[in-house]
Amino acid sequence: MSAFSAQKWEKLFQNIDLFIQGFGTTLYIVLLGLLLSLVLGAIFGVISTSHNKVLRGIARVYVEFFQNTPLLVQIFFLYNALPYVGVFIPVKTIGIVGVGIYHGAYMAEVVRTGIEATPKGQRDAADSQGFSYVQTMLYIILPQALKVMLPPLTNVAANLIKNTSILAIIAGGDLMYQADSFASSTLAYGPAYVVVGILYFIICFPLARLSGYLEKRFGATPKPKDYTALLSAYSMGKGAAK
Amino acid sequence: MNELMNAFESVFTRSNIFYMFRGLGVTLYVALISVILSVIFGTILALFRTYGNKFLKGFSVAYIELFRNTPNLLWVLAIRFMVRMPEPFDAPMYSGILAFTLFTSAVMAEIVRGGLNSVHAGQFEAAYSQGFNFFQTMVFIILPQCYKAIVPAMLSQVITVIKDTSFLAQVAIEEFFNNSKWIMSAQIDSTVNQSMRVFIIFGFVALVYFIINFTLSCIVRNSRKKQEA
Repeated sequence: MSAFSAQKWEKLFQNIDLFIQGFGTTLYIVLLGLLLSLVLGAIFGVISTSHNKVLRGIARVYVEFFQNTPLLVQIFFLYNALPYVGVFIPVKTIGIVGVGIYHGAYMAEVVRTGIEATPKGQRDAADSQGFSYVQTMLYIILPQALKVMLPPLTNVAANLIKNTSILAIIAGGDLMYQADSFASSTLAYGPAYVVVGILYFIICFPLARLSGYLEKRFGATPKPKDYTALLSAYSMGKGAAK
Repeated sequence: MNELMNAFESVFTRSNIFYMFRGLGVTLYVALISVILSVIFGTILALFRTYGNKFLKGFSVAYIELFRNTPNLLWVLAIRFMVRMPEPFDAPMYSGILAFTLFTSAVMAEIVRGGLNSVHAGQFEAAYSQGFNFFQTMVFIILPQCYKAIVPAMLSQVITVIKDTSFLAQVAIEEFFNNSKWIMSAQIDSTVNQSMRVFIIFGFVALVYFIINFTLSCIVRNSRKKQEA
């Protein structure tokens, strides 16, 4: 087990601030990337359910392009190709934008399915009350769709966190990068990968738990016709408890 | 226009095309073998988690949570740099296959578990009443229905695996993106039309990935529709 020798662990703890710094960078990129992906997801998700064919087409192209090409290729394009035409983007911004746009496509699909899952009558009702399209979405449809959307959204968020590790490949200064460069300069691969694994696990595991909890809570949303059965079961249960 | 043609000609020489498509072969091979192995291991893990005793269940849960909550890239790097692959599998490609199999098995296990839960409990009772033992019930009754239900989810995972094999470029495994990057760097030394050539290569790489994955995602959508109908 020389890969995990005491000396290597010692080296790691001497350089622990590198890992803390990387962890901070990863969190920073995750937060802003998540924000960007949510905004993009909401916008493109909503317009992919609109009546306008052009808007729907734009949303379709966005989703299909970014879901069907590798994130690494997209990030490399920003990092390696754009400088040839005079566009230089700082690495961290590349991380936020790259991860945000890529996962925005997944968020958009979640939002679309969420909106399509709300009964059509809700939209008609809002229309009949004189709500505009945006108002209908904001006040009527999205709040209801949120229940269906939350579990898959947290899943996408967890994937986003894991995928920020790709920045290591373009020297993004994130957790994975710090670990990788520390490992290749000290040869302490074992401890470095273990610590990085633990740090990613610490952020991803609670999210996975949350997703599981939300799925249990909201996942089995009863269909309208089941409500009466559910209500009577509920009141019976209450009565029995008394 | 002439410049563009020249750029195309210098990028898509016969040897360059051959080199890139050989990389694409490696990409598809790694993805295919990893997916096949992950379906097998994923099924075993899912059976452990659903029907196993305390020990098997604990092992399965720990495995799944470990791999689902850490980045794939971490495993690619760790396996490549820390695991010495045994003799017939010592080519770099196999460490890629191992990393992707380990990681994807956890995802497949969750997909298969979802499929197992979707099979009606009455199917078990019926099989037992006909004298099937547990193994027979699984192989002949439950798993066929389970797999049928999870084909779309498994195919979506195939898309993810194909995209993520691009990580292997980072550990110098000669897959599609790695080879394309080599061609790119060979184009950079000549000063004429550099930017055009780099953009052409990126466009080509994105297009190839897109064609493969978009085809798969159309199949996913169709099979979902069929299931819902």
